[in-house]
Amino acid sequence: MESLHYTLATVWFLLWGVLWAMYFVLDGFDLGVGTLMPFLAKNETEKRVMYNSVGPFWDGNEVWLISAGGVTFAAFPLAYAQMFSGLYTPLMLLLFALILRGVSFEFRSKVDSAAWKKVWDTCQFVGSFLPALLLGVAFANIFQGLPLDDTHLNQANIFQLLNPYGLAGGVLFTVMFVLHGALWLSIRTQGDLQQRASNLAIKLWPVLVVITVLFLAFSAVSTQLFGNYLQTPLLFVVLALPVGGLVLMRVYMGAARWWAAWGASAVFIGGTTMFAIVGLFPAIIPSKPNPANSLTIMNSASSELTLKIMLGVAVVFVPIVMLYQFWAYKNFSHPVDEAELEY
Amino acid sequence: MDALMLSRLQFAAATAFHFIFVPLTLGMSVLIACMETAFVRTGKEVYRKMAKFWGKIFLVNFALGVVTGITLEFQFGTNWAGYSAYVGDIFGSLLAIEATAAFFLESTFIGVWTFGWDRLSPKAHMVTAWLVAGASNLSAVWILIANGFMQQPMGYVMRNGRAELADFMAVITNMFAWHEFMHTILGSFAVAAFFVMGVSAWHLLRKNETDFFKKSFRLGATLAILASLLVAIQGHSHGNHVAEVQPAKLAAMESHWETQKYAPMYLLQIPGQKGNVLEAIPIPGLLSFLAFNDPSAEVVGLNDIPADEHPPVVLTFLAFRGMVGLGTLMILVAGFAWLKRNTIEEYPKFLKILPFLIPVPYIAIELGWIVAEVGRQPWIVYGLMRTSDGVSNVTAAQVSFSLIVMSAIYTLLGICGIWLMMRFAKQGPVEGH
Repeated sequence: MESLHYTLATVWFLLWGVLWAMYFVLDGFDLGVGTLMPFLAKNETEKRVMYNSVGPFWDGNEVWLISAGGVTFAAFPLAYAQMFSGLYTPLMLLLFALILRGVSFEFRSKVDSAAWKKVWDTCQFVGSFLPALLLGVAFANIFQGLPLDDTHLNQANIFQLLNPYGLAGGVLFTVMFVLHGALWLSIRTQGDLQQRASNLAIKLWPVLVVITVLFLAFSAVSTQLFGNYLQTPLLFVVLALPVGGLVLMRVYMGAARWWAAWGASAVFIGGTTMFAIVGLFPAIIPSKPNPANSLTIMNSASSELTLKIMLGVAVVFVPIVMLYQFWAYKNFSHPVDEAELEY
Repeated sequence: MDALMLSRLQFAAATAFHFIFVPLTLGMSVLIACMETAFVRTGKEVYRKMAKFWGKIFLVNFALGVVTGITLEFQFGTNWAGYSAYVGDIFGSLLAIEATAAFFLESTFIGVWTFGWDRLSPKAHMVTAWLVAGASNLSAVWILIANGFMQQPMGYVMRNGRAELADFMAVITNMFAWHEFMHTILGSFAVAAFFVMGVSAWHLLRKNETDFFKKSFRLGATLAILASLLVAIQGHSHGNHVAEVQPAKLAAMESHWETQKYAPMYLLQIPGQKGNVLEAIPIPGLLSFLAFNDPSAEVVGLNDIPADEHPPVVLTFLAFRGMVGLGTLMILVAGFAWLKRNTIEEYPKFLKILPFLIPVPYIAIELGWIVAEVGRQPWIVYGLMRTSDGVSNVTAAQVSFSLIVMSAIYTLLGICGIWLMMRFAKQGPVEGH
């Protein structure tokens, strides 16, 4: 049943995209908050408020990365092997950044010393900014194509990755996450800090619009992402998500409806991801310069049985995960109270 | 060194470091959930205080366990691309299931648990503690099923040049994996139990919060005797299984060279990579008996296994001896602690020693992993794929760079983390956060 295998692989390709989108939406805002830390917090209390605004969530958010990685491994092992070994150095940097960031939450508050706190604040900033940038660089390079040969095992060194299009991806991700984080702070903080965060979000919006338009234009030149869309123009409806998200974001910001604006930003981030994913299909990692060596859903998918079992697991567990994470968010959606600062 | 050796070193370092924190997480999460349950059932404030005090130490440990775990998933792709492509169909799906079914639960509820003391009812808070404990241990199940596949591959067919899944039930009911799981969980409970006993002993000597630490001590001692006895008993049947399916590992664990019936065990033995340097005072049939519960059973020796399939004998042998020796010490200490649990303040010398024994189960459990993983060499998947065929096409320079940075970061974090845990432990319970 070749066709069932193909259908399953296609479903998994879309789910793969959805998992990355979930990760960018959820970890996106806490990485954004961390990146904003040195610029937005004026004093120790504001810093602690910022830490606490993401405190209950960042750990659960980061698991979406583990599961996006895990699903790449499970559903498209060859693509996983190539993606992770081909992007060796940037991924290692991403990892080290996330490690330092993760412990900064736990370590910072534990010793009452300004120097100690400063060390972990630096880790929090670098550990938030660097992942945002690197994820953008890595994904832009995937959109553009990696130098795969016919054995599929090749290296892209870090300097090759820092090409103009790769960097453009890095900038887009960083701005996208920072704005997303500023909106989160507009929800979860009060007073002066809240005011500054929401002003920043409003100011960043036109910047994001410009960068998005430029990135799309750049993509038309540097990648094959538009191929599927030109072939099947109906697909352009996917663009309604990021465009709609972007417009609504501004509308809600104007009305000071921060939850709604954050939701619109989430739709923008998720929609942008899905737009690119649909553009990639059927490649997972296109090969440049020789497209014949691309890793596609056909040549890198797991066996039919594995895809079936995994689908069963996903259908049962992903909704459960979403349900309890939603519950956790509901429990801690109130503005951070300065009387109960944990970090 | 080449990329292969460096990648092996990196993986060994990453796993060993991760495994300093995991066992305490596994055991302590259950102990904390028990304390919260006691609080909900009796309403006695002391149990809540216990959960908070041990919880504070637990969180530092937990954070280090989580961040070092992420490295491992990444490393299969970055450093072991050949392996990932070859067995990803099975191994990758087990990791993905672990993330979806267990890790999410653990990571989401640890946030709720940490921040929920004042926002949730005691009962709801207790439930989050059990969710964290259950999810941590469920994580271990999936990870060890994945490791079990590397130890004794089953449920697969060779197709399209790789191992593809043929029978999922066979994969998840792999007895090797369940032996490993039981052994790891029991060892982890022993780690947590000795940790709690050691810290409690330190405070009991100083007469701090005597009621609080006596309760903690009794809980620790009870778990310690159960865990260290059961881990030894279970370890014996684990060993039987290894003897059956991984004869080369068993031979290396015992540095056993000549295939023979009534295989002896030597009271005095110095192993070498090509034969024993010294063997004296044999007890005939003991090795056969320990391996197969039958003194006449034939035990395959390393001389009948191709030399290029020998695991590093000396390391495996010493690690195994070390693990068993420390395990025996743990039973003696835990036995004494449990027998005297109600009058333990009358044994100040013993209390003085206990904090220094905290590392013992840690070392035993690390040695156990050396036996399991080094003893599996040269195979990355036993009998199926050699470690040297699994490595990525990366340069030695790249791996050196990441190995050096990783070691530096881990060392610093380890020092900070252990220092913080010691600080909290010595501080004792304080009210508020």
